[in-house]
Amino acid sequence: MAGQSPTPIRSAPDPARPTRASSLVTHPMTTYLLRRFGYILISLFVLVTISFLLVQLIPGDPARASAGESAPPEAVEARRIELGLDKPLVIQYLVFWRGLLAGDLGDSISLRIPVIDVITGRAPATLELAFIAVAIALVSAVCLGLMFGALTRSGRRYGTEVGFTSVTAVVAVIPEFLAGIILVYLFAVSVELLPVAGRTGPASYVLPVIALAIGPCAALTRIVRAETLTVLRQDYIRTARSKRMSPVRLYARHVLPNLLTSTLTISGLLLGGMIAGTVLVESIFAWPGLGGVIVDSIQGKDYPLIQAIVIFYGLVVLLINLVVDVALILLDPRTTLDAS
Amino acid sequence: MTTSRRLLAALRTPLGALAVLACTALLFLVVFGPLLWGSSAAATDTTAIAQGTSPEHPFGTDGSGRDILLRTLVAARLSVTMALAATAVGVCAGIIVGLLPLILGGRIGRWIVAGINIGVAFPGLLLAISFSVILGQSGLAATLAIALAMVPSYGRLTHNLAASVWGRDFISAAHVLGVPVWKTVLRHVLPNVRDPLIVNAAVTAGNALVSFAGLSFLGLGIQVPQYDWGRMLSEGMSRMFVNPAAALVPGVAIILAGLTFVLLGEVLGVALGTGSHGSVIARFHRRLRARGAADPTAASAPVTDTAGVSADTPGASTASPRHGKGTSSHPETAVCSVRNLRVSAPGPKGEPNDLVRGVSFDIGRGEIVGIVGESGSGKSLTLMSLAGLIESPLHVSADAAHFDGEDLTLRADGHPRRLDRHFGEKLAMVFQDPMSSLNPALHVGAQVAETGRLHLGLNRAQARDRAIGRLEDVRIPEARRRFGQYPHEFSGGMRQRAMIAAGLMGMPSLILADEPTTALDVTVQAEILALLRRINTEVGTSIVFVSHDIAVVTSLCTRVLVMYRGHLVENVSAEDLRAGRADHPYTRALLATVPTMSTPREAPLASIPDGADFLAEASALVEKEAP
Repeated sequence: MAGQSPTPIRSAPDPARPTRASSLVTHPMTTYLLRRFGYILISLFVLVTISFLLVQLIPGDPARASAGESAPPEAVEARRIELGLDKPLVIQYLVFWRGLLAGDLGDSISLRIPVIDVITGRAPATLELAFIAVAIALVSAVCLGLMFGALTRSGRRYGTEVGFTSVTAVVAVIPEFLAGIILVYLFAVSVELLPVAGRTGPASYVLPVIALAIGPCAALTRIVRAETLTVLRQDYIRTARSKRMSPVRLYARHVLPNLLTSTLTISGLLLGGMIAGTVLVESIFAWPGLGGVIVDSIQGKDYPLIQAIVIFYGLVVLLINLVVDVALILLDPRTTLDAS
Repeated sequence: MTTSRRLLAALRTPLGALAVLACTALLFLVVFGPLLWGSSAAATDTTAIAQGTSPEHPFGTDGSGRDILLRTLVAARLSVTMALAATAVGVCAGIIVGLLPLILGGRIGRWIVAGINIGVAFPGLLLAISFSVILGQSGLAATLAIALAMVPSYGRLTHNLAASVWGRDFISAAHVLGVPVWKTVLRHVLPNVRDPLIVNAAVTAGNALVSFAGLSFLGLGIQVPQYDWGRMLSEGMSRMFVNPAAALVPGVAIILAGLTFVLLGEVLGVALGTGSHGSVIARFHRRLRARGAADPTAASAPVTDTAGVSADTPGASTASPRHGKGTSSHPETAVCSVRNLRVSAPGPKGEPNDLVRGVSFDIGRGEIVGIVGESGSGKSLTLMSLAGLIESPLHVSADAAHFDGEDLTLRADGHPRRLDRHFGEKLAMVFQDPMSSLNPALHVGAQVAETGRLHLGLNRAQARDRAIGRLEDVRIPEARRRFGQYPHEFSGGMRQRAMIAAGLMGMPSLILADEPTTALDVTVQAEILALLRRINTEVGTSIVFVSHDIAVVTSLCTRVLVMYRGHLVENVSAEDLRAGRADHPYTRALLATVPTMSTPREAPLASIPDGADFLAEASALVEKEAP
């Protein structure tokens, strides 16, 4: 945005008190948000189209695949009509969109109930798990990363640094399903401390959330620490230190905002990965979310349900990206200028 | 250093040795595991079904009485080769997709980039699961699904790297020479982005291994009777309460193999030089090493010290016994005075390495004192230690240090809070680069007003009013509106004024300015100098002005301190300096480099010769005079 005026609210009638409305119209933030929103819409379109094409791309005859290799021809034809595969592709596509917008995605073949009921019935459990884990991973990563960054700044406490980097490196490698298994071993087999299956009460959330959050949290903590060290090297931190303030103020007010922007930019992908990770964690902890359903539906060739679940997970990932983008704008005024 | 030598050096580190060991072990398992233990791992033992730990089976047996440990070792081949195959396919496809926008260019290229960006938003596991819907459930399908899932992220990495090379001169040269675009990409772009791509491939392989295990664990990957670690994990999971080792052993195998790839990536990163080496300490070490190489006598202190000022006696009021003809005031009336200031950095073996070697001077009230010297002569460090901004590992010591009536030397009770307030009120600092010395995430006004809230006991509104007043004082137009703007909305000169305004919130008795005009163009530079001079005459604030521009210093300052390799070699009034009266050979050499109107235009401009040792020259001069 080279041609962008550096003072977007110059046209404000009273220079001392720019009105909110006038600054919003010409503010680069508005155009940026519109562009991001357009991007989300395109992604959404691609997501729906791909999940529609999933069934079309199956090699051979999807109706035969769904009904089973040994099914009689009549059963295959019945399944073909059930899946809507007898109509021309364009019509199928339009019907798919119409159904999506009307909330009617057909019936699940294996469960014999409307797909939308499966989604609405099981999505809350998945969303709860995902959002609690994302929030905990983000908050604890920022706190820990900032703390270790402060402790090990400019090459201090070499021992702490080595310990930190090696521990986080190992933990970051552990995938969520292994973390889950290790937690089951520790808390159910060795000591019966926490429930390891189902969604019963607050205690039942502990292990799934930890299993999902610990790996991404370790990876994020490393990023936050590296960013903290970068920010601490900046001249403006020297300026802040020359003003002599308490360490709390220095880190909270001068370091943290600059840290969050870069951290959030990098963490978008990691957080999306956590949404996908719920699939594995749910299958370990018998969590009544959509994760267990997706595997069953793939193995059972329940195509309407697969399509709906793929769209659901994609939507959640897009939502996370949107939240990260909006948070970035709120945190760093320069985002809107750099983003092009 | 060549890549192969760097690689050898990297392998000699403990981390490198560990990486070699881990890779060798993994490779051994992949190649020889099934040959050595394949048959015994497949042997079912109906008498020992799902047993726990026993002498024959150290980690127990599975549901068919097969040994867990042997099966884990044998499964390495399938797990690792599938991951590597997926990585190879995915990385190649990613590189092609990432380079295509450059080769095709135009609208199609932009569409591909947009496609990559959309694909990156979706996590790999989700993509792999979706692809496995199409490809079915088998090891091969899972491999392909994982490979496809890594295409967007690897494509983006390739594209970003390639795009950064694309603008360089040698690419333009290739265009001008008429080299076909695809050839340019293959011959000129790809080799330049190769190293980070290799490093990331190692990390990607680790991720592929874990993803593959994940798919197998879900039942979407390897199918019975074949088995990999993920498959074993899901079988072991169901018998978790009978024999935890059935799940934990393949789990540990996945973690170790994943760590091996991470280690490999780390070591390759160091060897190929894609890591970061930009830490402050590294810079200091490099600087020290460079200086040590250029100046072998620097270590032998007695020789150099005679020329410097560090041999001063306690109580000496002037900065330098020999060069004491400057108009320095007495310590009592001085706003700031320091005796035998030393700043040292720990050397490679922990021994202190002096960067500032015993500097003593006074700054009188209302004085403008310049400090000049080459880069690394200790000017900025001297300034930073006056302001108490030196952090470990650097170490500051001084026989005495006073600032406006307060003793700055550390006492038994440590750092008194009172001193913070004193500094906040009485000391202002201006730094070299106004672009980076204001916090980009905070309003300029808030940063100016901060001192008022912190140390002057003002409330938010009072601090704001005073800050706006100060911004007006430094001639920032529309200060009230500018108060709420961010640094990126300010020009370089305005940022520097804002920095000065922040310093003026209290009633500063001293402004420490560290090359405040170096990063500014000449017109703005003149404005900032005029502003500093105005503050000096109107408020009576003393100024220490660090610069390597001796012309600027002589025009602005009343007195000049010359630093050379950590020593204060000359303390001279600006008048004398302008008249060319300087004692130290370095000062004279410095003066000689300043071109004047009468400098002969045919002759090359004078410069200070590399490797010249002015400290030795000066001590020779002293010896000549002494007898």
